[in-house]
Amino acid sequence: MNQRTPDLEHVDVTYVANLARIELSAEETEKFQAELDTVVAYIHQLNELELEGVEPMSHPHPRENVLREDSPVAGPDAELLLKNAPACVQDLIRVPQMMEDS
Amino acid sequence: MEPNGGCKSLLAQKSIRELQDLMEKGECSSRELVEAVSAQIEAVDGGINAYVDVNKEAALLEADAADARRAKGEKGLLLGIPVAIKDLLNVKGQSCRCASRILEGYTAPYDATAVAKLREAGAIPFGRVNMDEFAMGASTEHSAFGVTRNPWSPDHVSGGSSGGSAAAVAANEAIVSLGSDTGGSVRQPASFCGCVGLKPSYGRVSRYGLTAFASSLDQVGVLSKTVADAADTLSVVAGHDPRDTTSDPAPVPDYASALGEDLTGMKIGIAEEFFGEGVDPEVAASVRTAIDLCISLGAEPVPVSFPHLKYAVSIYYILAPAEASVNLSRFDGIRYGNRVEAEDPVSLMCKTRDAHFGDEVKRRILLGTYVLSSGYYDAYYVKALKARALLKQDFDKIFEQCDALMSPVAPTTAFKIGEGAKDPLALYLGDILTIPSNLSGGCGLSVPCGFSEAGLPIGLQILGPAFAEEQILRAGYAYEQARGPDLFRRWEVEDGR
Repeated sequence: MNQRTPDLEHVDVTYVANLARIELSAEETEKFQAELDTVVAYIHQLNELELEGVEPMSHPHPRENVLREDSPVAGPDAELLLKNAPACVQDLIRVPQMMEDS
Repeated sequence: MEPNGGCKSLLAQKSIRELQDLMEKGECSSRELVEAVSAQIEAVDGGINAYVDVNKEAALLEADAADARRAKGEKGLLLGIPVAIKDLLNVKGQSCRCASRILEGYTAPYDATAVAKLREAGAIPFGRVNMDEFAMGASTEHSAFGVTRNPWSPDHVSGGSSGGSAAAVAANEAIVSLGSDTGGSVRQPASFCGCVGLKPSYGRVSRYGLTAFASSLDQVGVLSKTVADAADTLSVVAGHDPRDTTSDPAPVPDYASALGEDLTGMKIGIAEEFFGEGVDPEVAASVRTAIDLCISLGAEPVPVSFPHLKYAVSIYYILAPAEASVNLSRFDGIRYGNRVEAEDPVSLMCKTRDAHFGDEVKRRILLGTYVLSSGYYDAYYVKALKARALLKQDFDKIFEQCDALMSPVAPTTAFKIGEGAKDPLALYLGDILTIPSNLSGGCGLSVPCGFSEAGLPIGLQILGPAFAEEQILRAGYAYEQARGPDLFRRWEVEDGR
């Protein structure tokens, strides 16, 4: 994909909705456009901050390499999991055809 | 509606501690308690809409099991107590829809760890309570099941996202409830409905089985009638869980032992930023009166400052949607819930997610996807992570000077139903006083501290650093004991009219 030029004022709702796998109607696109632009304009206040050299904080209490004993445990009941699927064929979840017929 | 004078309704009005006392003396059973809670749900929930699902028969069987355990001499903090569960915690065999159409028909295949701990203790997960869809919202208006009304004024919201939990506890439709708090979702509805809300420190309670919204912010919390009940419930659900790598290995203290001391020597921080622009003068006055009472109980006031508070909403509304956009990618119409069939898998996902996510969830997913997308990641996401570090430093400095910080929970009392939907950003700004505790990983408590002129509850927020639950519970308990009947009373059916 070509590198897109960032537009920090307007959210490209159609592009973002496609990335998020949500098919929006034209009406929804228009509504979210206005709302998201307002939120994005607000969050630009972070540009006031001097953040040079600040270590990003992605987690409240970072912990690394949390390990446990590598021992077998019972997994979830496959039958219960399959019951929650919208469509099944035998023990498999049914989805539309992925690849075209050759 | 039934009058609230009957014996069974009075049982439902009591706290966990009062009920344990009665059950210990043989004056009531867990079965009677489940019956009393059911009767109250039947009597008042038509007007409140706190519950989305109730299975009384299953709960009665578990109540009988709890009564049998007691008959054999067992005791326990929550033995025989029914607990209302927010609709995003998995309880094996019960629905778990996160108040979303996308999870219609979903049955939880396992227990969340917090729920498993309740069961071990002999508590009964009874009923699923309403929330904003996937915990995104501050009013419980964004629910596929419709709004949960405020028990004190039915044309006002219950708050959110744990609005069903708060309304159920306040209206005596539940003894206690488990909710979740990502940006204030336990404390704010507790404040709006006049009950106690405890958000434990990040890592204190396992998130296994809690449907993920924002994984670095989410925490299971407690909504209860009293501070002691919150302490007892936390003692049961807290602790390390090998299934959640972010759960903390520190041993769980006996939280109840922290209660009962006066506040001599306790340093209470007061940051004027928390009483700034946008905070309703009535709310500010009520909270200042509460702080004065704590000072009269021996606490020492310490003026502190929180210079980065004004950035909290911006940081949160970048990071929480970013994490949500990733977490909610699992709801694709393939493995669970509702599906809109289509010719190819991608169209199936796109159509399913458009048809079955509500507007607020779509808004957050779009925003989160935007801030994480190529070309924007550094401009928004990384910037917000750095600003989060500055906000955490503010907290660190504050807690070098004091044991707990006191402030309002929310800038206002409960707002009218429909008011928040007009302007999403205005609603987001209402989270400013609760968000910092989630961003920093600390703990927070909301305790009722009065009513507005209009008769709506106001909450005192007590914030502590990570794993200082004993300090905030101690302060909240001392305040609650000294508060007096003018500032709080338990709800009666007449209050909902």
